[in-house]
Amino acid sequence: MDDKKEKRWFNAVLPFLIPVLVLILWQLVSMGGGAKASLMPSPVKVLQTFVGMVESGELLRHALISTNRALSGFLVGGMIGLVLGLINGLWSLAERLTDSSVQMLRNIPHLALIPLILLWFGIGEESKLVMVSLGVFFPIYLNTFHGIRSIDPGLIEMGRVYGLKGFALYRNVLFPGALASILVGVRYSLGIMWLTLIVAETVSAKSGIGYMAMNAREFLQMDVIVLSILIYALLGKLSDSLAKVAERQFLKWHPNYNKPARKGGLRLVRKSYPAANSTAS
Amino acid sequence: MSEKAIRLQIQQLRKHFGETTVLTDVNLTIEPGEFVAIVGRSGCGKSTLLRLIAGLDQPSQGSVALNGEPITAINQDTRVLFQEARLLPWKKVVDNVRIGTQGNDYESALIALEQVGLESRADEWPGILSGGQKQRVSLARALAGHPGLLLLDEPLGALDALTRIEMQQLIEQLWLEQQFTTILVTHDVSEAVALADRVILLEQGVIAMDTRIALARPRERDNGFAYYEKSILDRLLNRTERDALFPDVPASGFAI
Repeated sequence: MDDKKEKRWFNAVLPFLIPVLVLILWQLVSMGGGAKASLMPSPVKVLQTFVGMVESGELLRHALISTNRALSGFLVGGMIGLVLGLINGLWSLAERLTDSSVQMLRNIPHLALIPLILLWFGIGEESKLVMVSLGVFFPIYLNTFHGIRSIDPGLIEMGRVYGLKGFALYRNVLFPGALASILVGVRYSLGIMWLTLIVAETVSAKSGIGYMAMNAREFLQMDVIVLSILIYALLGKLSDSLAKVAERQFLKWHPNYNKPARKGGLRLVRKSYPAANSTAS
Repeated sequence: MSEKAIRLQIQQLRKHFGETTVLTDVNLTIEPGEFVAIVGRSGCGKSTLLRLIAGLDQPSQGSVALNGEPITAINQDTRVLFQEARLLPWKKVVDNVRIGTQGNDYESALIALEQVGLESRADEWPGILSGGQKQRVSLARALAGHPGLLLLDEPLGALDALTRIEMQQLIEQLWLEQQFTTILVTHDVSEAVALADRVILLEQGVIAMDTRIALARPRERDNGFAYYEKSILDRLLNRTERDALFPDVPASGFAI
């Protein structure tokens, strides 16, 4: 039993090994005078800045504004992608009408639209919402479409035999069948969501983490700049972990996800397990 | 029990897909509560016939009538057991069976699971069941709504020999209890003789043989059983062998 406990502990710690080593190395180099403090602050200095900005409430304010922007863009773009993916997946007429246009738009880097969107929507909240929505839309659309198309037609036919149609068919067969693929799209688009927001806030904003970093640049506050970058890394990791938890929750039935629940916290490392045939007689 | 059983009438049924004619001219009447097996080589049109009866496809000509009503869509008193179990992997076993009940009823789903001997697995994901168990859940789902007509499209084809025999006994027992009209499509003549009141041989889109199996149930694999099995098999095999060897000799010389 002790062996097993040790192994679990080891597995839990392993992912953090490299980040911690990098931090220690960074601190050592800073203390040894290997990096100019004006160009690269030490981790301890960044930590002090972090504590200071948390105490003043400034950090939380900016982080909340950024999160709010990210999530509203994600919701708007994600919903449009989901609905269009469903419609195009179910009706080939709709697919013929819209899919090639969507594919053309998809191949324009959405960040290249920033100048246009700034002119159209100004530097307020709208432009960020539009940018994030646009970035999030494509992965969700593509994966929803693919998910609907890859549902076993035998299951849909079974649904018809049992009188499932309209919303009942959607709720019992189509949506759950496409969900694994949709969640892949969600995870992918969460990355794009932060990326887009960082760029949008860095180019033009009066608040948010990106603004915090750009503002600090003017006053050469290296510690604040580095802190902003680290906050982005943490927010990105946090949203990815949440998406993994959602995957685990919604795909319990899937042999690749159905491991018994673990005590003492969630484990976010996904592994594929073969279907447990041994229980079948 | 048998008041819900459906009487089936098929008249001058034709079905073609593009240039290919699958069913040429099928006429068939099946009485309420009858167990009919349709056998034939692969590609003879037996699965197509079953899909037409199920309302999953529309005939090119002619009609299929249930209790005198020509079918235009899927009938809610008709249930189909496919070759694969077609369980929804994201629903627990009992929730899969609930799809087949009236009004998504939990209790009658459990009763149906009990009939197939799987009530203890109600709360599990279908993914961990064996092939035979999945097919039993599928049978429970089909029977949970008390159908008048049960269509079996080679549902035992993918199972191992022992599980097959168990499933055959289960289907026979439930049919005897509930007396729904049953049509079994199979390529296994022995299975057809073991289960059916009547065996129909489909060949190149027409009914080539219609034999009543006058054996008592439960059926033993005795001389009588072997007689029926052999006569149907001979009909099935001789015909095709002769066709391949002497395509010009008329078929009448080999009739039984």
